[in-house]
Amino acid sequence: MAKSPQKAPSKSKTPAKRASKAPPKKASARAGARLPVLKTPIYKASKAELMEFYEQMLLIRRFEEKAGQLYGLGLIGGFCHLYIGQEAVVTGLQSAIEPGKDSVITGYRDHGHMLACGIDPNIVMAELTGRASGISKGKGGSMHMFSVEHGFYGGHGIVGAQVSLGTGLAFGHKYKEDGGVCLAYFGDGASNQGQVYESFNMAELWKLPVIFVIENNQYAMGTSVNRSSSEDQLYRRGESFRIPGVQVDGMDVLAVRGAVEEALKYVRAGKGPVLMELKTYRYRGHSMSDPAKYRSRDEVQDVREKSDPIERLKVMLMKQGVKEEDLKALDKKVRKTVLEAADFAEESPEPELSELYTDVLVGQY
Amino acid sequence: MAIELKMPALSPTMEEGTLAKWLVKEGDEVSSGDILAEIETDKATMEFEAVDEGVISKIIIAEGTDGVAVGAVIAEMTGEDEEEGASPVPSPAPEASSKPEPSPEIAQPAAAPPVSRADDPAVPEGTSMISITVREALRDAMAEEMRTDDSVFVMGEEVAEYQGAYKVTQGLLDEFGSKRVIDTPITEHGFAGIGAGAAMGGLKPIVEFMTFNFAMQAIDQIINSAAKTNYMSGGQMRCPIVFRGPNGAASRVGAQHSQNYGPWYAGVPGLIVMAPYDAADAKGLLKAAIRCPDPVVFLENELLYGRSFEIPDLDDYVLPIGKARIMREGADVTIVSYSIGVGLALEAADALAGEGIDAEVIDLRTLRPLDTETVLQSLAKTNRLVVAEEGWPTCSIASEIIAVCMEKGFDDLDAPVARVTNEDVPLPYAANLEKAALIDSDRIITAAKKVCYR
Repeated sequence: MAKSPQKAPSKSKTPAKRASKAPPKKASARAGARLPVLKTPIYKASKAELMEFYEQMLLIRRFEEKAGQLYGLGLIGGFCHLYIGQEAVVTGLQSAIEPGKDSVITGYRDHGHMLACGIDPNIVMAELTGRASGISKGKGGSMHMFSVEHGFYGGHGIVGAQVSLGTGLAFGHKYKEDGGVCLAYFGDGASNQGQVYESFNMAELWKLPVIFVIENNQYAMGTSVNRSSSEDQLYRRGESFRIPGVQVDGMDVLAVRGAVEEALKYVRAGKGPVLMELKTYRYRGHSMSDPAKYRSRDEVQDVREKSDPIERLKVMLMKQGVKEEDLKALDKKVRKTVLEAADFAEESPEPELSELYTDVLVGQY
Repeated sequence: MAIELKMPALSPTMEEGTLAKWLVKEGDEVSSGDILAEIETDKATMEFEAVDEGVISKIIIAEGTDGVAVGAVIAEMTGEDEEEGASPVPSPAPEASSKPEPSPEIAQPAAAPPVSRADDPAVPEGTSMISITVREALRDAMAEEMRTDDSVFVMGEEVAEYQGAYKVTQGLLDEFGSKRVIDTPITEHGFAGIGAGAAMGGLKPIVEFMTFNFAMQAIDQIINSAAKTNYMSGGQMRCPIVFRGPNGAASRVGAQHSQNYGPWYAGVPGLIVMAPYDAADAKGLLKAAIRCPDPVVFLENELLYGRSFEIPDLDDYVLPIGKARIMREGADVTIVSYSIGVGLALEAADALAGEGIDAEVIDLRTLRPLDTETVLQSLAKTNRLVVAEEGWPTCSIASEIIAVCMEKGFDDLDAPVARVTNEDVPLPYAANLEKAALIDSDRIITAAKKVCYR
């Protein structure tokens, strides 16, 4: 790409840097330095915390199951990407950040992130059904939901775009000196987008407070990581930008929480970004219209039986003496919440037609 | 208690499908997440999962059955006694509840009400006029806004240490420092996204593209992220950002560096698009753009950067967004243009005056929202109109103005509206071919005479 040469007559105070000049010292000083290695300890949770994680994951799962049903009934339209199987990732990460200070951004598989940010399930479900009481007044839908109040910046439908936007949010934290960190979530599919690497470069160059979170659920729609990625160890994808990476079992909420605490310490100390790869799995298709023929039923069943994040925590809780009845009661409570959300979403009216032309612009011109 | 399992829809438009296969049989215990059956349409296959624990008590529709209606009961199961939440499907039939009755209002939604736009601020009598270049006007606009609002910053390629590839940001680094005047790598897609994200987070970025040709790499962030977020969030999340840089043909830089993106961005709801001509408008509109709570695409022109114009010497000269400017009053024909085309239109008007044709010249200044009121008022006066645009003819701003004249000014037209644009080819390099491809005042004069039947 040819860049336009400077044509305007001017007295530049700083002459243009020539390519033939020796590389600046800063770069050569960095050349030999080794990348920092971050620890990934398993978080030691109290019983109360374990119960919180369990409830959070269960809420996401039951919510998504209900969303799947409502889709089947035609109450939810268009695209609907369910988070079932990946609950430990967002639960572990969100439990470690500071609400009101940090920011969160993700792609289109966003329902779980919203619930984990503490957003009312009713208005999330009502957005899915396209109702006036939805969080975006019914104008956004499944992929486009936001809550500035909760530090949740979307909900973005273009694969990879949220990584640059999240880097921009981190730029804002640094600019405003508010101490915040941005968690920028994206998938293994997005990790092949060009702008992701453009963002990595600037994030490290400017030491921005951002954690790049790759939710590696193994499939970018129907294409497995191995079929799409020359370097399939995605946590290494930041190395050429000198961004340290860690690989974490994304099916274990305690591993996730333990790793993100170390990452947050590093980022909050002003050392620049960290890349986290969370190895996880989605049980459902890419979206509701994906029959998932690119993998065997046995593969899915195997993950469900051996690595389900909720079942794993359930076993742990029962070992610690929590009774099955208590877990059942919790399940009942969560189901009630979800059922209420579904009722709310179904009973709320559609937006007024007058809403069609509102919110296009903020100002009047 | 029996729970009815109903035929699910794979999409909102599905009405019936094939129950391809049962993966459970009567008497089987199932738990949440187990796959019960496979459902097929001509487009897709879907696994039908259990949501609750229970026992399959009865299979009603046998596997292999075609044409099973959505919502039909296909099996029954007995669940645990959890009255609420046990039913795998809420009871109302989908069609009845999900689709609103079509009504005339739906077919004809009320358009946004027209807004009466403010005029340019009055310049107090006795205000001295100073001559500055468009380049200086743009720089002054940024500097003034940066002095009054800490959240405004500039980022782009060569904007800081190099002082701007076209020297538009000259001196800003010295005054505001490297925190607010930021050199980026050559990475348009990335820094446009970072700018948009910073705007969503509450800052007011000015993102400079070395030219708008390079913004093609970033157009997704401009349109899909910046322009649509306020709407998609129901008005919760704003993106107050200015994307600025030179646009249109420069001189002998070939096809990839010579294109007018005005029509591209002007077609996008959620954006404000400006393309000023002279220094006063460049300054007044850029200040308005930086203060604007909406995303603005601000299209400059390289060939205009060095031209000097008179500008009122005022402390805070801010212009209204969406207001065209009558550059020269006339009675016989209206010439509508914007950006560099305005200079050519004024040249043409001078020449036409010598031939007894009194032309009115309108500078649109803002391409979205378009000030159709000013155009139509002028048409009502002159009854003849020419659009002059340094850009391609197809789906251009000229096309839009012509459509508006047809729709709302038909009775005022004494001749078909003419458009004068660049030729419909990628811009060639050879001097003679480039000249032949670009709009000039002679072509505007010819068109104006034609609509005047002269």
